[in-house]
Amino acid sequence: MKIAITDGRLVDHAGKLDRVETLYVAAGHIVAFGNAPDGWHANRVIDAKGLVVVAGLVDLAARLREPGFEYKATLESELHAAVAGGVTSLACPPDTDPPLDEPGLVEMLKFRARSHHQAHVYPVGALTVGLQGTTLTEMGALSDAGCVAFSHADVPLLDTQLLRRAMQYAATFGYRVWLRPSDAHLSRGGVAHDGEVATRLGLPGIPAAAETIALATILTLARETGVRLHVARLSAAGSVAMIRAAKADGMALTCDVAVHHLHLCDVDIGWFDANAHLVPPLRTTRDRAALRAGVADGTIDAICSDHAPVDDDGKQVPFGEAEPGATGLELLLPLTLKWAAEEKVPLPVALSRITSVPAAILGIDAGALTVGRQADICIFDPDSWWTVERSALKSQGKNTPFLGLQVPGRVYATLVAGQVVHGG
Amino acid sequence: MSSAGPPQGAAPSGGAARSAVWGGAASAMRNPQLDAHGALTHLLTLEGLPADVITGILDTAEPFVSIAEREVKKVPLLRGKAVFNLFFENSTRTRTTFEIAAKRLSADVINLNIGASSTSKGETLLDTVDNLVAMDADIFVVRHAQSGAPHLIAQHLNAHGRSHVHVVNAGDGRHAHPTQGLLDLYTIRHYKRDFRNLTVGVVGDVLHSRVARSLIHGLTTLGTPEVRAIGPKTLLPAQVEALGVRVFHDMREGLRGCDAVVMLRLQNERMKGALLPSAGEYFKHYGLTEEKLAMAKPDVIVMHPGPMNRGVEIDSAVADGARSVILPQVTFGIAVRMAVMSIIAANG
Amino acid sequence: MSTPAPVPDAEALLLRLAERMRAAVAFDAAFVGIYSGGAWLAERLGAMIPGNHPVGFIDVSFYRDDYSTTGLKSNSRRTELPFDVNGATIVLIDDVLYTGRSVRAAINELFDFGRPAAIELAVLVDRGGRELPYEPTYCGERLTVATDLSIVLSRDGEALRLAAEPVVR
Repeated sequence: MKIAITDGRLVDHAGKLDRVETLYVAAGHIVAFGNAPDGWHANRVIDAKGLVVVAGLVDLAARLREPGFEYKATLESELHAAVAGGVTSLACPPDTDPPLDEPGLVEMLKFRARSHHQAHVYPVGALTVGLQGTTLTEMGALSDAGCVAFSHADVPLLDTQLLRRAMQYAATFGYRVWLRPSDAHLSRGGVAHDGEVATRLGLPGIPAAAETIALATILTLARETGVRLHVARLSAAGSVAMIRAAKADGMALTCDVAVHHLHLCDVDIGWFDANAHLVPPLRTTRDRAALRAGVADGTIDAICSDHAPVDDDGKQVPFGEAEPGATGLELLLPLTLKWAAEEKVPLPVALSRITSVPAAILGIDAGALTVGRQADICIFDPDSWWTVERSALKSQGKNTPFLGLQVPGRVYATLVAGQVVHGG
Repeated sequence: MSSAGPPQGAAPSGGAARSAVWGGAASAMRNPQLDAHGALTHLLTLEGLPADVITGILDTAEPFVSIAEREVKKVPLLRGKAVFNLFFENSTRTRTTFEIAAKRLSADVINLNIGASSTSKGETLLDTVDNLVAMDADIFVVRHAQSGAPHLIAQHLNAHGRSHVHVVNAGDGRHAHPTQGLLDLYTIRHYKRDFRNLTVGVVGDVLHSRVARSLIHGLTTLGTPEVRAIGPKTLLPAQVEALGVRVFHDMREGLRGCDAVVMLRLQNERMKGALLPSAGEYFKHYGLTEEKLAMAKPDVIVMHPGPMNRGVEIDSAVADGARSVILPQVTFGIAVRMAVMSIIAANG
Repeated sequence: MSTPAPVPDAEALLLRLAERMRAAVAFDAAFVGIYSGGAWLAERLGAMIPGNHPVGFIDVSFYRDDYSTTGLKSNSRRTELPFDVNGATIVLIDDVLYTGRSVRAAINELFDFGRPAAIELAVLVDRGGRELPYEPTYCGERLTVATDLSIVLSRDGEALRLAAEPVVR
């Protein structure tokens, strides 16, 4: 299928590309910019005048809920949501049911995902069997089956001895380890950031120390073992400072933040809005400011959606009983654009945080517009605002604290492997 | 709304560009306790209630106090109305006072101890509420272990156009116990008249106490110049000063010059959670004795929401002494609950 | 809207009412005034009429039939009846008798205190417009008043005054 995407603003920060030009796609790949290749005859023309053309977004954390949680969402609905949001590659955490701790499960997931011909799915394997925290998984076999990294999802890893050994083992073979810093004891029973808002609302709190203490442990062990570390879902100002110091010290590591935490703080819980019950919790305005600055100056490498669809029954209960998480695949782009506009971050830099940078973290060949690359492309209108409402979301999860609010950036079309899979 | 309340409800409060584009969902931001005319239709928390609404409840309670002295201890205000006591957390005391209050208003009272039944069958909180609304409930008196449960119910009712059904929070998690706060305010007003001259000390486990939070909100709203939170660091919540209190860890210093002292109950679980070493040590530092009480003003009043742990947070001599107004609190509690139910039942 | 008509002098009506009551009221009848106009009248009449007349005051807020539309007014006062209602002869006193609903509410309330032997009704002004079958036993004066006007008794120091005011919606 030969497709010409005409007159769009092509943006690729890594490739120093930011100009209005036509892009040519053929046989699933990008074949040329500017001038059509010889003998070109388009089967389809997409008029991208006034629109931005960027590599398909790469999301480091999107829960697809299969296997095991099909009542919350399915591969079909969530992969659909992904491309509707312009996301063409996503990594899914291992906290499925059963957890992704066996090659067979990983292969099955990849196979089923491929059959939908939507976004590419990169499973993150479990670091321990069953995420129980006692035995290491067969990282080699899992790697061969397609796992791009190993993590412990949101399950606390209590045994520091085990954590160290897991890192040593992974480091031996160069496997990537992704960890969300959270001290199990300090976060036990907590449902909101331990601060003024939780005090007023009478909600058990999770102090910022729960994250910074765990982060200190992770950084110390990572330095010692030399593991390829990625820190997931920062939420506290203290954590940003620690990462900045570690990087300044020459430590090689990457980290991400969930896009919600760039916009919301604990006050947004409002009158106990269960859609604002997130993990890690929304913290104070100071923490939010530090996260925003951290992404702007590169201390925080990537922005992800931390997509977690939850069915209505899981949210229409008292705040403390609600299942944490928010749907995010369709909001990753708009909320990144909003942050960028507010922080005056140039569009190409902002977009790199959801394209080339996460692609590098995943170790996949994506997130850039270069000739010869697979044509995973997102075409969007940065000036088109839309209202976040249940009917506008393709995800089965309608749980978002942004319900009723307006966001900028409407995806016009998404291509995966040179096929238009959304819009156009 | 007082400035202590959440500023914009559901609206993200972010960045320099908090512009009109974050509009929408305005109805989610309005105080869910007040109807379109600004009148009280649910009582969920004292926080953010206008001072005149609180004073109006106290004023309405006054004549209800004397009904207990009549031969027929009833007035026909809520005749034909059904009050459902939805207690997801056990409490015979509170449930009984609400039952008495509702019956004195001539309402029909139905008690539901949900704890064991519906939730174990898997029926959600909101499904239970919907079923009861279909049975013509007018007022739900709700007690729940989770903070925010009554808010969830009220928002659900508001969203489904059931403005004639009202919710009274009888205690949700650590968050609020507004009728207790009101009866404490009534008690203080009865003995001390003007809040604007007072120093009030709240002693004990503020961290876990919905009683403390409600009382603090009520006192600050009515202009009490000094409200003190007295207790060990383990029992004080994060940034408690933001509620408008002055913190004291030394009880004698905290009691100095107090016009009213409110003792909070200490639950046994606190010893298990490593918050305190023992009841004995707690009593030594934070138990109210005659000797410590002498630091307060000579005409200080001593209050306790009950039930009391004698010898743990309060000495029997003080509990039964001349300064104690613990029993009158109970009487006032019925009148205050009658006032709340009669006010909300007419609005919406 | 009609212009406020001249209303009779309240003090003069009170004298007339007291005269009528003096002639017929039981020696030990209790005088119970409905707040607030009736309460002022009950106080004055208690002093003006010889006999053993305990004076009580009744607030009918909790017995009104318009609660569901107008709600509860928070300026209720305490009902005080310093005598045993059981077996008592009571003269219920109000300033203006109009629809009769306040009288019904007051009678209902009195019966929640006990079982009186008899209840009589004394009013300063009867303006007609009855919606319930109550008639005064003792009346200061009958007046015809336009429906858009309200007859109001006020107290200035010790002196009572009657005025006609436009109805406030």
